[in-house]
Amino acid sequence: MWLQAVIAGVVLAGLAAAPFFLQAYSIGLLVGVASAAVLATAWAMFSGPTRYVSLATAAFYGVGAYVAAAAADSMAWPFVLVLAGAIGAVMALVVGLSTLRLAGIYFVIFSFGLAELVRQLITWYEVNITGTLGRYLFVDLQPRHILWQLLALFAVTIALSAWVHRGRIGLALRVIGDDEAVAAHCGINLARTKLLLFVASGTIITLTGAIMSPLWVYIEPAIVFDPTVSFMTVIMALLGGANRLWGPTLGAVPMFLVFEWLGANFPNHSLILLGLLFIAVVFLLPNGVLAGIDDLRRRRARA
Amino acid sequence: MLLTTLIFGLVLGGSYALIALGLSLQYGVARIMNLAYGEVLIASAFAAFVMFSAHGLNPVWSLLLLVPAGYVVSALLYQVMMRPLAARAGGTGGRLEVDSILATFGLLFVIQGVMLAVFGGNYHSYSFMSQGVDVLGRPVAANRLLAFALSVVIGAGLYLWLTRTRLGLSLRAVALSPGSAPLVGLDVNRVARMGFALGGALAVAGGVVISMYQTFSASYGVVFTMKALVIVIMGGVGNLMGALIAGLMLGLIETFVAVYLDPGLTMAATYALFLGVLLWRPQGLFGARAG
Repeated sequence: MWLQAVIAGVVLAGLAAAPFFLQAYSIGLLVGVASAAVLATAWAMFSGPTRYVSLATAAFYGVGAYVAAAAADSMAWPFVLVLAGAIGAVMALVVGLSTLRLAGIYFVIFSFGLAELVRQLITWYEVNITGTLGRYLFVDLQPRHILWQLLALFAVTIALSAWVHRGRIGLALRVIGDDEAVAAHCGINLARTKLLLFVASGTIITLTGAIMSPLWVYIEPAIVFDPTVSFMTVIMALLGGANRLWGPTLGAVPMFLVFEWLGANFPNHSLILLGLLFIAVVFLLPNGVLAGIDDLRRRRARA
Repeated sequence: MLLTTLIFGLVLGGSYALIALGLSLQYGVARIMNLAYGEVLIASAFAAFVMFSAHGLNPVWSLLLLVPAGYVVSALLYQVMMRPLAARAGGTGGRLEVDSILATFGLLFVIQGVMLAVFGGNYHSYSFMSQGVDVLGRPVAANRLLAFALSVVIGAGLYLWLTRTRLGLSLRAVALSPGSAPLVGLDVNRVARMGFALGGALAVAGGVVISMYQTFSASYGVVFTMKALVIVIMGGVGNLMGALIAGLMLGLIETFVAVYLDPGLTMAATYALFLGVLLWRPQGLFGARAG
């Protein structure tokens, strides 16, 4: 475990130093990959072990970006991040409290339309109360600053994820994912365990949105609540394997590059191709690439 | 004002009930939680739009053409895409639920991507039978009345078919207990495919009906899926009568919110209703209390 931590630390430090040697385009790519890795890891932290598929990533991500745009004029950047994180945590708490006591299907349905709901509510609020739809965001942050923030958030997310995987709470979550009735009989407080993880995951995703927001410059609800964010996060985590510590990261890196390539070469059809890719992953690699490799190795060992 | 709102609400509610009925069949009989349901609906709305504006075909004729096509395509979709998932899950409901959610989530983006590529992201609508008809002293567009009549006819026909015929009985048997259905000689796979295809046909019917009196865009499917899901849960999963009543209720509430509060808050109204049901009666307004 310590070896893993040391390797991860060295790689992260290397990535943090990268902006001093790279062109603007490569830094942008690195920022995208880092944000994708954070989102996928945070998503898998909750949805991997519990098997509660959350389709609400775009809702949290969008809220983070929007809060940052609304607050950046009136306070220093670190406070903006704190505020965004707090709002994300409260939102996750409300969603979790109302659905996580029930069967998983209600949670999935609730999360499915959440981005659209929040988008409509913010639009309504801005049009009727503040009278300004769309905001400009001017903060003095370069892409490399954004990359450093993302790397720091990634380190925290992975550390938290590792702690969850190895600790009692991870065990509890896996029991919940396997069989809720058994989990309840083992004395696991189902609702509290699920809620805790969902809030942690939601807060991290909201923070990612806030950190990424300066890249947009102009922000309005229709832009930041992009349903493809939810979609990309799920496919990246699934590809790598949502139940492994490094699975989501491993899925995020190639997937993000594929998105970039598709977006550049097939701008009008990228959604179709991505959808097909998603279906292929669900069918061919139900447990992710890492588990697929393990399977293959076991089969070869037997042969 | 009140009366007009009431009539508009009933019309919308009728369409919602029809839409929810289809989703209820897919989830209840085939155990597939279809997140691409709204996309199928919007695709059929676009088909009706093209048939009307390019070929001058009356939407009622489109309905007769599109519904069987929807049935066949959905049956194929079930056989190719859902059947392997059901086989993989091997009777455990939880696995199939998660897998079908993920697979149809991917399908959602495929269908949406095709529609965006063909029609772009703009709102579409066509003007069909838009002259006013006098209803209790209020002018109501004839297309809304026709939409309501179609919803009632299709919904009632389906209800009678499900409750009065042998085939309908087999569908309800599989919905109630897929494990014991083979014991009485039912081919669960065939019945599940029929349920899924019937649900798809209803989505298509709902799309044509909606397109007669509403504007729609390629990215509007999520909203319809969400509303249909909320109605199914409100009515109690597998409860057809409950879905009908809940659909009418949602249509009325939404129209009243749009008229008296703000049209931008209809989704919030849907969610508020959903939240209320979840906190108060998670088994649905008309469902039996579990255990």
